[in-house]
Amino acid sequence: MTIIEASGLTKIYKSKTGPVHALAGLDLTVPRGTVKAILGPNGAGKTTVVKILTTLIRPDTGTAIVDGINVLDDPKAVRSIIGVSGQYAAVDENLTGFENLEMVGRLYHLGGAASRRRAQELIDLFELTAAGNRPVKGFSGGMRRRIDLAGALVFNPKILFLDEPTTGLDPRSRIALWGVINKLVDNGTTVLLTTQYLEEADQLADSIAVIDYGKVIAEGTSDELKAQIGGHRVVIALVDAADADTAREVLARYGAGEPQVSSDGRGIDVAVTDGPPALQHVLADLRTAGIQLHDAGMRRPTLDDVFLKLTGHKADMAVGENEDDKMEKVK
Amino acid sequence: MTATATRPAPAPPTWNPLSLWYSDGWTTTKRNLIKIKRTPDMLVFAVIQPIMFVLLFSQVYAGAIAVQGTDYVQFLMAGIFAQTVVFGSTFSGSAMAQDLKDGIIDRFRSLPMSSSAVLVGRTNGDLVLNTISMIIMMATGFLVGWRVNSSVGEFFAGLGLLLLFSYAFSWVMALLGMSVRSPEVINNASFIILFPITFISNAFVPIETLPDPLRIFAELNPVSALVQAARELFGNEGSAPVPDVWTLQNPVLTVLIGVVVLLVVFVPLCIRKFASISSR
Repeated sequence: MTIIEASGLTKIYKSKTGPVHALAGLDLTVPRGTVKAILGPNGAGKTTVVKILTTLIRPDTGTAIVDGINVLDDPKAVRSIIGVSGQYAAVDENLTGFENLEMVGRLYHLGGAASRRRAQELIDLFELTAAGNRPVKGFSGGMRRRIDLAGALVFNPKILFLDEPTTGLDPRSRIALWGVINKLVDNGTTVLLTTQYLEEADQLADSIAVIDYGKVIAEGTSDELKAQIGGHRVVIALVDAADADTAREVLARYGAGEPQVSSDGRGIDVAVTDGPPALQHVLADLRTAGIQLHDAGMRRPTLDDVFLKLTGHKADMAVGENEDDKMEKVK
Repeated sequence: MTATATRPAPAPPTWNPLSLWYSDGWTTTKRNLIKIKRTPDMLVFAVIQPIMFVLLFSQVYAGAIAVQGTDYVQFLMAGIFAQTVVFGSTFSGSAMAQDLKDGIIDRFRSLPMSSSAVLVGRTNGDLVLNTISMIIMMATGFLVGWRVNSSVGEFFAGLGLLLLFSYAFSWVMALLGMSVRSPEVINNASFIILFPITFISNAFVPIETLPDPLRIFAELNPVSALVQAARELFGNEGSAPVPDVWTLQNPVLTVLIGVVVLLVVFVPLCIRKFASISSR
């Protein structure tokens, strides 16, 4: 059964260089009790989708239904069943971690005692015990982030929206957060998260929607997407760029697509469907051809590979910038 | 992160909209009171600056500015009270802009809370800060010779009127803060508005000493009415004739009308603006 259904969403922001189509007719459905990842580079429209579904902004056109409620008609009803953690840590600097969470609990109308109890549970859950009673002002970015994430869980929500939840988290916290999310899903929560990392989508999501320029360009399970781009990539680095053509032929022999040659002519990689045997073949053939290598190995496909395959362009068009930084809202 | 997440109780169904509004408003007010406690520069602004103004003006200008029928300190205090509460209302502007910048507005807006609660809490915070300022200023004024020459009832009416005006003005600044979105800009921009409306008035000098264009502005300036009202209610008005302008002849009524107009216009505008803003 579908719990989130968005269709034909468009949103145009005004920017100094002209209008930016943050969303250009985006459709999205999320089945109840599943995890959906929206995968895309900065500026693709990920944050805009989340903001529309969480009632923060209105789309220019299109409809969004969350748990049977039209987001545009009854935002308050939507707010009472969702938990949201945005891209920036939305915490009050002057309150302690505990006070922040207690405040959120009270604003969910849990009442004082339940709010305090829940705040303490979350402080423990996110290992913030030491910092729970100090103002957030002195916290590191990762700790603020965890308080914000805890804020999204104060009221065990029916649907949890996480906009790039692990950005700014250290690897340990990242894995711990994945654990928390998985536990929530086991208890029936639906999760919609955005990420720039294929690995994260892979770990968490039942289904992945790849978006670019405000549209879904591919959708499916992580296996389905990987089948499209090959499971692994074989990567080699040549000692002599003059060997590039020969090496390229070898890689093409075992690859699932066209090998990519780096700009200096010495790095070559190709998508393969079955990694380890392909690597063994490539190495054996290169040895036979007498080609010397600096380095050779396999790597998992990255978002860049997905994008290159699906769109023909790299995913780094706005790395390090947030889509909204460059745009002013039309209204 | 090993503990299991337990489901907390849902909102008690017996809560009616009014008690939810009250509860949300109180929760956000508490947030702002904690902020006052933990932000020393805000307290400095609210405590040290009024003391400084009272001392500076009373000591520097007392000999230079003659006021008919009373001494300058008596005349000055109502002016400083009005200036301070008007300046104090800018906190709402910069705080709303800061909240937007920090992203916490997005948190609030994604919660099923009353849509006016954040603004109610914010303006209540200003009210508390302004009340603290008023008490400090009155004590300082008392030390430099200021006296209330009216009844207890009139004294509290004057105090209430000053705070009421500042509360209404906080909503104006809150709207400005949400529109400008930058705490730095709001601080600079508000001074461009606040210096003229507090200084081109009867706050620090008798209005008849001003050159014509400024005098006309000062006579119609609502801050002049506020100062005049406070002066009369504290019994500090001296014996100079009040300019023959309706607003200054009926200052208390003028301030009350002004407060109602500001609230009726700006509270709905603020709530509407709040419902459509999102961080960055």
